[in-house]
Amino acid sequence: MDYDAIGLVSGLEIHQQLDTRTKLFCGCPTVVRPVEEHNGEFCRYLRATASELGEIDRAAEEEMKQVRRFRYLAYDTTCLVENDDEPPSPLNEEALEVTLEVARTFGMTPIEQIHVMRKLVIDGSNTSGFQRTALVAVGGVLPNGGVVESICLEEEAAQRVEESCFSLDRLGIPLVEITTSPCLRTPEEVQETAAYIGMVLRSTGKVKRGIGTIRQDLNVSIRDGARVEIKGVQELDLIAEVVRREVARQQGLLAIRGELLARGATVEDGATDVTDLFRGTKSSVLKKAPVVLALRLRGFAGLVGRELQPGRRLGSELSDYAKKCGVGGIFHTDELPAYGVTADEVARLRHELGAADEDCVVLVAAPRQIAECAVRQVVRRARLAFEGVPEETRKMLEGGSSAYMRPLPGAARMYPETDVLPVAITPERWSAVRAPELLTEREKRYAAEYDLSASTAHQLAYSERLPLFEQAVGCGLQPGLASRTVLATLKELSRDGVDIGLITDDQVIAVLRAVEAERAAKEAVPDLLRAVADGATVGEALAACAPAVTGEDLAAIVKRIVAERADFVRERGMGALGPLMGVVMAEVRGSADGKKVAGLLKDAIARVLG
Amino acid sequence: MTALLSGDRVACTVGPTNLTGTYITDRDGMRVVKLDSGYNIGVDPARVTFLERIPAAPSPGVEAAQDPDLPELAIVSTGGTIASRIDYRTGAVTSQFTAADILRAIPGLGEIARYRTQVLATILSENMTPALWQELARAVHGAIRDGAAGVIVTHGTDTMAHSAAALAFMLSTPVPIVLVGSQRSADRPSSDNVMNGVCAATAAVSDLGEVAVVMHEGPSDDRCAIHRATRVRKLHTSRRDAFASVGSPSLGTVAYPDRTVELAPGAVRRGARPLALDDRLEPRCGLVQFFPGMEPAQLDTFTGYAGLVVAGTGLGHVSTPCIERLGALVKNGTTVVMTSQCLYGRVCDRVYDTGRDLLACGVIEGATMLPEVALVKLMCVLGRTRDPGEVARLMQADLAGEVLGRTPHGL
Repeated sequence: MDYDAIGLVSGLEIHQQLDTRTKLFCGCPTVVRPVEEHNGEFCRYLRATASELGEIDRAAEEEMKQVRRFRYLAYDTTCLVENDDEPPSPLNEEALEVTLEVARTFGMTPIEQIHVMRKLVIDGSNTSGFQRTALVAVGGVLPNGGVVESICLEEEAAQRVEESCFSLDRLGIPLVEITTSPCLRTPEEVQETAAYIGMVLRSTGKVKRGIGTIRQDLNVSIRDGARVEIKGVQELDLIAEVVRREVARQQGLLAIRGELLARGATVEDGATDVTDLFRGTKSSVLKKAPVVLALRLRGFAGLVGRELQPGRRLGSELSDYAKKCGVGGIFHTDELPAYGVTADEVARLRHELGAADEDCVVLVAAPRQIAECAVRQVVRRARLAFEGVPEETRKMLEGGSSAYMRPLPGAARMYPETDVLPVAITPERWSAVRAPELLTEREKRYAAEYDLSASTAHQLAYSERLPLFEQAVGCGLQPGLASRTVLATLKELSRDGVDIGLITDDQVIAVLRAVEAERAAKEAVPDLLRAVADGATVGEALAACAPAVTGEDLAAIVKRIVAERADFVRERGMGALGPLMGVVMAEVRGSADGKKVAGLLKDAIARVLG
Repeated sequence: MTALLSGDRVACTVGPTNLTGTYITDRDGMRVVKLDSGYNIGVDPARVTFLERIPAAPSPGVEAAQDPDLPELAIVSTGGTIASRIDYRTGAVTSQFTAADILRAIPGLGEIARYRTQVLATILSENMTPALWQELARAVHGAIRDGAAGVIVTHGTDTMAHSAAALAFMLSTPVPIVLVGSQRSADRPSSDNVMNGVCAATAAVSDLGEVAVVMHEGPSDDRCAIHRATRVRKLHTSRRDAFASVGSPSLGTVAYPDRTVELAPGAVRRGARPLALDDRLEPRCGLVQFFPGMEPAQLDTFTGYAGLVVAGTGLGHVSTPCIERLGALVKNGTTVVMTSQCLYGRVCDRVYDTGRDLLACGVIEGATMLPEVALVKLMCVLGRTRDPGEVARLMQADLAGEVLGRTPHGL
């Protein structure tokens, strides 16, 4: 597709959790816990409040359509700050330092006096009803010429456990938010830029790793479309696809707009109560609903059911809006008869509403108040179809399509966090901030300094256990052995179901030191680490897996084995080396180095052959 | 150069970046600007330029609807976090809402009652004074006399319990008088002001007939506790459920959001007592906490005071050197009442020598009274009589639930 021609403009917002010792505004550790370990819970209601300008944010207001009770799970690693029962501590200096390092890398200018703000978020993910966030630096550049608009330091939200239940372990983990200007012009460019920014973040060595620790929000618009923010893209590889699908959605909506205008379609207020019509229906949803309301959309037939993205239609958009009132979804005649609704019922419905063939009828089934709210929302969204693409915040669905979340938030959702004092970034402080060595540079350095292949160096630089490699070579271990352990051995163990998270870096290093001191063979490393993961100390593992075989013992073993198989050796010549290796290694159970065994065997075979 | 006013449109530069926003205030030598993105930043004044003056928008004047079929409650506002707003000048949360603003801030109130409101003060509760207690008692008395079915007093939480005790000693009431506040500022979506306010109004139209504090019972938004004015204490600096009844059960609960009221058997019922006001008060009273090694001379500060409450150790003790000074104070005409830092339990100065020496000096045992409740009571009692025997009798008598005839177990 010619993205230039359709006027694609895209920007990125990248959120990355930091791996700091404590949370952003309290002394709790930044650990995520299994839900079943929670040791307390409580319930709260949230309510939008007027900002300092006396306005209620439109996104917050949308969330308020339902008064919801939220349940929160607390842990022995969370405190009253997460409970919103204690004022926050001062801003975490370690987190600020990492943020400044990233700002330095992008060539940004720090804010002289940082003010922590409260960003209203009343979907329950923050106990306070707001997310604390601070603008730290502005005006950065990307290698592709793009602009990094800002870098903010904010607190991570609580993790949703289910519908309205949240886990407080994640709440308050420092989060860096990097926002680019809308400077990206193709889906691929968006993805590449996200990858680059992710690389810069990882270069600090202070970011969390693993699924969910980095999230990308995408801003996408095309000419005549509108700015749409898609939140929560967790997989880098999906970014380009998400952009492509959003482009398709906006094009689809623009096409629908054109047809609606051409048809002279209209949306009228007011629904018809058709509860009686579905008294005897086979659709259980309609049958058990206290009230069924029907809304006629003149001239919408065929368009409500038109696919905009894989699995997503205009009907899905209407449904997303209706869901804000608490309904599970809607029915519309573009997809009926189905779901237990018969052709006869559809015909009677159309008749009742005076709906012509070119009209679409939407059904909402719920208690009256909720159903009326849902109808108003459907009317609202249907009217927006005449404008084309509404400005929205959307959430990514599996595969790369997206669903409506709320309107784009305005500036009214921000007001000062008065419990946290501003922080000055003095020129002295800023001049002491150093950009981290980028992983791309580190990769080159590894290849040169440690004589590693380009691909090994690359894998090491991006490995989660990079600090282990650094520590290993730092204490004089062979880079080859260290890199094999980090890149191959640990991965293989993990694939075999060993919980390698239980093996500390220090334990790995102790094992590797034993290998270099010839107290164990390289081949024994997997078994040793496996034993350590099972709870053994390194000393116990060495004793159990690899009783030391001295050079003398080994020589004797080799001599005996070759002598016992002298005929075989004479028959095969040097070809006997391979099979005999197996015999010797089995006997020493990995406690001798393969290379050494091979050397001794070669000598012994040569002697037999004369 | 134009002097900037809060609300002016301004431009500023951060390095090579040009930004626009709204000027908020000056702070620590920096201009605080709210950027168009919503973020506040502090910028060197030299890098901020005036763009345009925007006329202040009229404040949203939403009138609270009143249902004539509902009972009428009086809201007397003294300030506090239940009605707070952000101050542009300092960036701090301050009390500045009127009682009418509270109605706007707490939507559910309109379903419970009609309201008339009176702003007695807009202060943080640490600035409360005995003179204001008297004014408050008169205002509440006036409201009840004028037919209020109950009174809600909004109050900062720090000294809410003191004011509650003062009202309990100065007023005899046939209707509920409910003090309420919030621990988390009213500007946040999670504020406890809504639930506390709704529960307070519910308690104020209930069958209760005494002065009470109504605040969160636990960390959840599911129930408020109704505490007796003379048994309640703030026991946590920040938690929503900071208030607790000490040494006696609470008077009941109000469930949220369904507003079910449950009153304990011991709660005084609506109409059980006539309306009466005795606002006499002797403010020259003090409260001192004894500590190991306290210099007796520190007690001389209270020479000439009408009354002094001592928060002693354990059963109600101070060191031997301090006993002597207290004796001198008593001789000099100061009424001295002994309470305990333990908070829970009864003062008994007949067990140990130091205690018996205190009694011999004329120190009055404060029974089960919380130290600050004893102080407020002493002010009231000394406002009514100076006869030493009568003062001692009244201090040990139960006037408003502060002196427990029996010390219940299990609390």
